[in-house]
Amino acid sequence: MQDSTRWQARLVLMLLLAPALLWLLGLIILPHVDLAVISLRERAGPQEYTRSLAQYRTFFEEPLYWHVFLRTAVMSVVATALTLLVAFPVAWVIAKVARGRASALLFLVCLIPFWVSETVRTLGWMILLRESGVLPALLVRLGVTPEPVELLYHDATLLVGLVYTSMLFMIVPLVSALESLDDALIEAAYDLGASGFSILRTIVIPHAAPGITAGCIVVFMLTLGNYLTPVLLGGKNSQWFTETIYTQFITRFNWEQGAAFGFLLLILSTAIVWTGLKLAGQRFGEVMQRS
Amino acid sequence: MMDAAKDAASNPDLRAAAVVKDFAGHRAVDALSFDVARGSFFSILGPSGCGKTTLLRMIAGFIAPDSGDIEIGGRSMRDVPPNRRPVNMVFQQLALFPMMSVGDNVAFGLARRGLPGAERRRRAEAMLERVGLAGAAGKRVDQLSGGQRQRVAIARSLVLEPTLLLLDEPLGALDLKLREHMKIELKQLQAAFGTTFVYITHDQSEALVLSDRVAVMNHGRFEQVGSPQDLYYRPGTPFVAGFVGANNRIAGRAKRLDGELVEVVTEAGWRIHAARSGAVAAGAAVEAFVRPEVAVLARSREALPANQPCHEGRVESLLFDGANSAVLLAEAQTQHEFRIALPQTGQFADLKVGETVAFTFLPERATCFPARDAAPVAKD
Repeated sequence: MQDSTRWQARLVLMLLLAPALLWLLGLIILPHVDLAVISLRERAGPQEYTRSLAQYRTFFEEPLYWHVFLRTAVMSVVATALTLLVAFPVAWVIAKVARGRASALLFLVCLIPFWVSETVRTLGWMILLRESGVLPALLVRLGVTPEPVELLYHDATLLVGLVYTSMLFMIVPLVSALESLDDALIEAAYDLGASGFSILRTIVIPHAAPGITAGCIVVFMLTLGNYLTPVLLGGKNSQWFTETIYTQFITRFNWEQGAAFGFLLLILSTAIVWTGLKLAGQRFGEVMQRS
Repeated sequence: MMDAAKDAASNPDLRAAAVVKDFAGHRAVDALSFDVARGSFFSILGPSGCGKTTLLRMIAGFIAPDSGDIEIGGRSMRDVPPNRRPVNMVFQQLALFPMMSVGDNVAFGLARRGLPGAERRRRAEAMLERVGLAGAAGKRVDQLSGGQRQRVAIARSLVLEPTLLLLDEPLGALDLKLREHMKIELKQLQAAFGTTFVYITHDQSEALVLSDRVAVMNHGRFEQVGSPQDLYYRPGTPFVAGFVGANNRIAGRAKRLDGELVEVVTEAGWRIHAARSGAVAAGAAVEAFVRPEVAVLARSREALPANQPCHEGRVESLLFDGANSAVLLAEAQTQHEFRIALPQTGQFADLKVGETVAFTFLPERATCFPARDAAPVAKD
């Protein structure tokens, strides 16, 4: 009797988990296994393949791929850091300064840009920044520049776009981390002689560390895997690694090379996230729990 | 001793001068002026919403008074931020830093003053030892019991040797048994350190047990400031009489004045006598207060002293509470509720609900005030 109820409970559990497991297996694990297999072969002739590491060798031997890869990594780290710097004061105001409806309203203001599709949002930047666009015209009128300047296709422009795209994903975990910080702790620190900066360093940041880490991981992953923003704002001179992968799959129809690049990107992001966690002294499980 | 007291009084650690604070049209603190003598334990006792927390936060510096001045250690605190005041605060929920060890919590303020690490650790450990937590420096805050956390919160403040220690209902979160214990501990700590304590609470027993002086606060004003004995035996206003300790309140009109005594008649017609306090006029509305332990209970009128006015009542309920046991009576003619403390002799151990008993009290030990609406209750 007891055995059968336990068996039933298990069955129910399995049924409840089934959609998630199917999703994980069908859309994440299987494609990746297939990609791994594809990345480890070389085309010998029509419909003919041999096992080889040639795809990975190409990556290390070809400086272009290398450079794009490193550039993507560095730019993503910089974009993540900038997002954190911009989002922290915003999250602080939402969580600690604004009260009740004002706080909800501010949150909504952060959310509104996400009602528009990413493509349209990025095109908005282009309208503002291109040579014949709004901002260069304004600069001319104000007498800052004699001629309209091209503000698109710079690294700075790309960073602005990336930060803009990722803001919300940093603000959400930060707000929840800061909201859970008891105001009495801040007052107690202030009362015990701490200045604003030392309260931030000794009380606020240690408390919000899991939220900061979670936000950074999400933003870093999104930025590293972003395709649209670098393509539209970064221009030809600043290739993003996802563009390289896209080119291999779609333009060159070289699935083997594309798969190998995809795997390298996965390894890169895992390595950087792991390093970041070590540097911040955080555990992945705890971070995901707290945020 | 007298000289020391005089000296402390002329150099108070805390002096408030006509401090006012308004919140959105509501006057939270109303022109308060008072002194707290050096080394004393001063309590501010009042119901929630009376403005005591606002007052404490103004002393700590978290909010600024709208007008008036606060002096600490003889120095005006106008425009001095909380982190530069010689004042530390023990918060209601203690607000220990969960991200730090016990030792780091205690050393926090020292670190902010820029003391070197070794010196900080030495002082923090010495302070923990003084509050009976030797060797706890390496522990996490959540490994401590409620009472131990309390002591860490106090140690964290006292290690900075403040002129003034503010305590914001620090015993509120503890269970009864621990609260009783911590009361004694707080009193001993204050005596041992000699720091001036300003303690706010809504619990009259905490205020009476702990303090040298108590201010009873209501609607942003001090109703009365005095020793616990003063407040209990010589309440200055009806509010103090009703708020501090148990009291029977009998509202009525002053029928007749006889020297210091007033004859009070309630609306239902019960007639009692009480000593006058304040300007009571014949015919005016009054409030009389009789402490439960002032009344004498007897089985019959004959057993009571003959020269005192005598009353009769029916036992409504028996409130057994060990040494604080009492009986609730309904006065025979008017059903007015009256509470009498039961003597510890066991004489009335067999008292039953529904029994009729006689009682009396010395009119001199009952107090009669003008009714609160009839006269202003302002008092320093």
